[in-house]
Amino acid sequence: MSVLELRSISKVYGRGAAEVQALRDVSMTVEAGSMVAVMGPSGSGKSSLLTIAGTLEEPTSGAVLVSGQDVARMSGGAKARLRRRTVGYVFQDFNLLPGLTAAENVSLPLELDGMSARRAHLAGLAALEDLGLADHAWRFPDQLSGGERQRVAIARAVVGERKLLLADEPSGALDSANGEAVMRLIHAYCKQGTAAVVVTHDAQLASWADRVVFLRDGRVVDQTVPPAGPESLLEQPS
Amino acid sequence: MSVRHALLALLSEGPKYGLQLREEFEARTGEVWPLNVGQVYTTLQRLERDGLVEALGEAGADDEGGPQKAYRITVAGSEELTHWLRVPPDLTSPPRDELVMKVLVSVRVPGTDVHEVIQVHRRYLVQLMQEWTRLKEEEADADLAFALVVDAELFRLDSVVRWLDAAEGRLRRAEADGWPPPRKLPVSMPVLQRRRRIGAS
Repeated sequence: MSVLELRSISKVYGRGAAEVQALRDVSMTVEAGSMVAVMGPSGSGKSSLLTIAGTLEEPTSGAVLVSGQDVARMSGGAKARLRRRTVGYVFQDFNLLPGLTAAENVSLPLELDGMSARRAHLAGLAALEDLGLADHAWRFPDQLSGGERQRVAIARAVVGERKLLLADEPSGALDSANGEAVMRLIHAYCKQGTAAVVVTHDAQLASWADRVVFLRDGRVVDQTVPPAGPESLLEQPS
Repeated sequence: MSVRHALLALLSEGPKYGLQLREEFEARTGEVWPLNVGQVYTTLQRLERDGLVEALGEAGADDEGGPQKAYRITVAGSEELTHWLRVPPDLTSPPRDELVMKVLVSVRVPGTDVHEVIQVHRRYLVQLMQEWTRLKEEEADADLAFALVVDAELFRLDSVVRWLDAAEGRLRRAEADGWPPPRKLPVSMPVLQRRRRIGAS
């Protein structure tokens, strides 16, 4: 079963002369363990697609299914639980809370979900340790480098075994070494069974994905076919 | 790819045999550019002719039982290597890039959607990048030379994708401004006139 399924999603903002059609009849599925990149220029509808996939916004028409469940049929409470437990977000500007330490930033979603502070704290520390940030757990975001902040944000997005990771230009604010490290981490989580959607205009980031979907003017215009395998690159034409 | 200077670089570490040079060349370039042993010997002979390396005499046999010579770099060879490392490759004139040509041409071919042409190439490039990224993910940690080569290839392909993105943006803005204008003259006229002017000067 796919973790995320978008069925004929359209999204219109505004009315009359100010009407903007952000998405037009977009369908896609993301299986567990796979990473899909959505590539397109600014204004192509990438961010709308992500906020709708993450149930932060409702489509004008079409259906969003997360783990086979139609989001439109869920109660407000169920949707909020889905956002806390199943979906993790990574943003370009990290979105960490400045008054909380790295560990507190990571454990907060678990506490909000009703986990005891102690258990949430231990889970947060474990997630930071996985990302090589155990020594930074007590630091505040402004005491961390950009790359470290984004790793904390990833820890926050994956803590509690979430099934779907949604990332909006996750390494857009980082240099190429840190950007690569972030993509490596996201891809590693996917290999462990998480599904991920990364929206980006950057081909180097997109090339980490198993599949790249191209968005233009709110429409899916194309997608990559699965690679033949890296060995083909090293076969020399005879 | 200058095999000549790559061999000089390997010999700058000390005298080596032909087969050894081939193995080390492939290892140092991340095994991305295979080199046959014939190429190595031909290049060594030319380097010897030019006084940049010298043979140390016969010492053993290669796999096929042929004689094997060791070579060492000469002073002139070291100077040539030092010079070559610092001479920028000639990038002054734009290469006749096939992809640029295809996009330029597709703008002028009636009934051709240039955006569709651009997307075909963009998809192909991104697929290639996915394959290089897979390789990097699997192997680059183990081999620095290989990681450097893969990075170079990814940045090169990325720059082409960026050019396609920029070209598409430029075409869209031009279309919004009413481009292409209705034409009455044959398509090739302006190009011909311009070339004639350049030729006349």
